[in-house]
Amino acid sequence: MGEPVRYMERSRRYYEAQGFERPYVWVHHEEVPFTVPEKPMADCTLAVITTASLNVRDAAEPRAVASFESVDPPPRLFASDLSWDRQATHMDDINAYLPIEALREFAASGRIGGLARRFHCAATEFSTRRTLQSDTPELLARCRDDRADIALLLPL
Amino acid sequence: MATVIIGSALDIVEHCGVPRFLFTDFPLGNPCGRPGERAMQHDIVRRGLELFETAERPRTTRRAPYRWSADESWRERYMEVREADLPRLRRGGQTRGGD
Repeated sequence: MGEPVRYMERSRRYYEAQGFERPYVWVHHEEVPFTVPEKPMADCTLAVITTASLNVRDAAEPRAVASFESVDPPPRLFASDLSWDRQATHMDDINAYLPIEALREFAASGRIGGLARRFHCAATEFSTRRTLQSDTPELLARCRDDRADIALLLPL
Repeated sequence: MATVIIGSALDIVEHCGVPRFLFTDFPLGNPCGRPGERAMQHDIVRRGLELFETAERPRTTRRAPYRWSADESWRERYMEVREADLPRLRRGGQTRGGD
């Protein structure tokens, strides 16, 4: 079996080939937080966050957190302005990147207490500052508003 | 808030440093399983949820036991830069507006 793709190196070469001289600086944390769930999983409400979007987007559009009702998810999401492997696969099956059916089954079976009222779309943002100062506090606030105990993050 | 990431960019996520990470070694775009394969998707989510209980320290990575396909050419193809691609890539960069 092949080795995992080295995306940092691959994208560095790609953007260099495009003429961008300054390589992208990937986020790195020396200290990583580790919060333990305060309740058993069977009592936990789960929020879900994806980097896919509710609509087809233009790369120039400003990015903002958007949410949808977890009981009424859209038939699919989009990632027209994000980097993902369009040759190898597609986004027609939402469950391949936001596994709503599986999550419903786990909630119904009692594996988790339930799904949060809303799931959230937060498109990948190149600006670390915007991610940390804008998107992340907004996501956390919405998760807390929905009484979420734990969160599943699903980057495309 | 306790979190688990399910994703397919091992180097990026581990470089960042996250509490719990389930790595699916698939092309970017389908971290939760191949399209249409409900049993696989269910199992990947199961493994992700399990991490909330079994991870004992930050930077815990587990790998989902699935292979995308027997054809592994997707690994090399993604963002591939070949000699013949250079003029096209350079034009694309100029259109976007380089640094």
